[in-house]
Amino acid sequence: MNSTLATLAVLDGISYAALVFLVSVGLSLIFGVLRVVNVAHGSFYAFGAYLAATFSLAVAPLSPWLTYPALVAASIVIGVVCGGLIERFLLRPLYGRDDVLQLLITFAAFMIMDNLQRLIWGVQPIFANEPLKLLPNISVFGVNYTSYQVLLLPCVALLTLIGLRYFLRRTLAGAVIMAVTEDREAATAIGIDAKRVYFVTFIIGASFAALGGALALPTTSLVPGMGADMIVLSFAVAATAGLGQIEGTAVTALMIGLARAFIIYTQPEFEVLVPYLLMVLVLLVRPFGLFGATQLRKI
Amino acid sequence: MAGRFKPITMAAVVFFLVAAVAPLFVPSWATLFALILAKSIVVLGIILLLQAGQVSFGHAMFFVTGAYSAAFWGKYVGGGDIVLYLVLGAVSSTVFGLIVGLFVVRYREIFFGMLNLAFSMVLWSLLEKMFHYTNGADGIRVARPGLLGLAFTPETFQYVILYVSLLIAIAAFFGVQRYLDSPLGHMLRAIKSNETRLEYLGTSARRVLLVGYVISAFLGGIGGTLVAIIQQIATPEFGYWTKSGEFVFIAILGGGAHAFGAFAGAAMFEVVRFYAAAQLANAWQLILGVVLIVIILYAPNGLIGLRQRDNRSKEGGH
Repeated sequence: MNSTLATLAVLDGISYAALVFLVSVGLSLIFGVLRVVNVAHGSFYAFGAYLAATFSLAVAPLSPWLTYPALVAASIVIGVVCGGLIERFLLRPLYGRDDVLQLLITFAAFMIMDNLQRLIWGVQPIFANEPLKLLPNISVFGVNYTSYQVLLLPCVALLTLIGLRYFLRRTLAGAVIMAVTEDREAATAIGIDAKRVYFVTFIIGASFAALGGALALPTTSLVPGMGADMIVLSFAVAATAGLGQIEGTAVTALMIGLARAFIIYTQPEFEVLVPYLLMVLVLLVRPFGLFGATQLRKI
Repeated sequence: MAGRFKPITMAAVVFFLVAAVAPLFVPSWATLFALILAKSIVVLGIILLLQAGQVSFGHAMFFVTGAYSAAFWGKYVGGGDIVLYLVLGAVSSTVFGLIVGLFVVRYREIFFGMLNLAFSMVLWSLLEKMFHYTNGADGIRVARPGLLGLAFTPETFQYVILYVSLLIAIAAFFGVQRYLDSPLGHMLRAIKSNETRLEYLGTSARRVLLVGYVISAFLGGIGGTLVAIIQQIATPEFGYWTKSGEFVFIAILGGGAHAFGAFAGAAMFEVVRFYAAAQLANAWQLILGVVLIVIILYAPNGLIGLRQRDNRSKEGGH
C-alpha cells in the first residue's frame, strides 16, 4: 500500500466516520436518556436520505444551492414527524414495562417504515449529488478529493459533537435532560416533565439519524435495505463505545471508519466484517463498551 | 403429568392434529404448515431464553448454521438424506451454541442481547463475503433430499417434510415442557426472578443458563435445517439481524410464557404473511408490523395470554 492509497483510505475513513457518528450519536443519546434501543433508528436514516432526495430534486431546478437547506429541512421533518409519532404513540405507553416490549415495538416501527419506504420511493436506486458537485475538489497530499466529503462532513460531525456537549453540559434544557437521565423520580419530584424530556430527546436523536442520511445522499445511491444495514452498524459503534457515551461514540466511529477504509483498500471482501468483529472483541473484554462506565451487575 | 392435561396442552394437541390432517385436503397448506412447524421449533428456543428473562437478538446465527450445514453437505459432499441433514444441523448448531454460549452467558439483558447480535453479524458477514465457498448473497441451493434412502416426487415430498417437521415439533414441544418442569428448568426461570438467590442455593447461574442456551441453539439449528430443506435454499439472509428480530417477534406474538406460544405465534405470523403476500404483495411487512404493535400495546402476553386475561387478578402482583 503506497502513500497515495493510504491518504485515500484516511480521507474515506474520515468522511465515512462522520456520517456514522451522526447516526450513532442519535442512537446513543436515545439509549442514554430513554433506556430504549431504537431499532427504527436505521429507518430514520433511510427516510432522511430519501426525503432529502425528493426535496433536493424539487428545488435543484431553481438553484442548486437550495439543495443544502433542502437536506437540513428533510432531516428535521423526519425527526419531528416520524420520531415524534413513534415516541408519543408507541413508546410512551410502554415506559416502565418490559424492556423486550420497548425494543420490539421499535422493531415493528422498523418493519412498517421499511415497507413504507418501498411503497413511497420504490426499489430503484436514487441519485442526487448536486451538493457534492457544487463544492470544489481539493487536493490533500496530492490526492484529489471532494471537499464535501473531506471538509463539510467532518465539520458537521465536529459541530454536532461540540454542540451536543455544550447543550447537555452548559444549558438549562441540557441540565434538565441530564437530571432525568440520572434520576427520573427525583427530577419529576422537583417539577420536571419527564415525558416531555423523553419526547424532545427522541426527536433530537431521530433528527441526527435523518441528518446522517440526508448528508449521505450526495455520496451514495439510495437503495432499499440501507436502513437495516445502518442500524446494525450504528449499533455496533454505539455499543463498542459504550451506550450513552457521546465523545466515545465519536472516537469509535473514527476508529471503525478508518479500519473499514483500510480494509477496503487491502482486503475488500472483509469490509462488512470489521465493525462486528471489533464489536465482539470489545464487548467480550468490556461489555459496557470502551468508554462506558462499569455498571452494577446483579452478580 | 398424565391425567391432568392443562387446557393449553389440549390446544397444542388440537393444533398438531390440524397440522397433520388439514394439508391432506388443501395441498398448498402442506408447505405452509411445514414452515410454521419449523419456525416454531426455532421460536421454542427463544421462549426458553425468555423464561430466563434474556432476549437474544442474534439467534438467527443458529438458524443459519443449521441451514448451511445441509447446504454445505449438498454442495461439497453431495447426496443427502433428511435424517443426515438434521443430524448435521443439530450437531453443528449445538457445538456452535456451546462455544458462543460460553461467552454470552456471562452477561445479562442488554449486554447479552448485544453480544448475541455481534456474533450473529460476524457470521452473517462471513457467509455473505466468502463468495468462493458460500456463493455470497445468492446462497446455496439445497437439492431435495431423500428420507432413509427413499426418493420422492415433489408432490409427495412436501408431505414427507411436513410429517418429519411435525414429529420433531411434537418432540420439541413436549421436550421443552418437560425441561421447564424439571429442576433445571425451574432454575432457569429463577435467573429472571432472582439470580442472586439462585447463586445462594449453591448453583451456578451461568451453568444453568448455558444449558438453556445450548438447547435453544440446538432447536434453532434443527429449525434452520428444516427451513432450508423446505425452501430448498440457504442464504445469508437466514442469519441477518432482521431474521433474529422475526423470531423474537413470533415469540412475543404467541406469548413467551408457555411453549405453545411458539406455535400460536408462528401460525399467526406465517398465515398473515402467506395471505397478505398473496393479496397485498407490497404491504405484508406493513401489516405484520401493525399486528405486532397491536399485540404489544393491547395484549402483551401474546395470543395465548388473551385467554388467560380474566385470571390475571388471581396471580397477584410482583
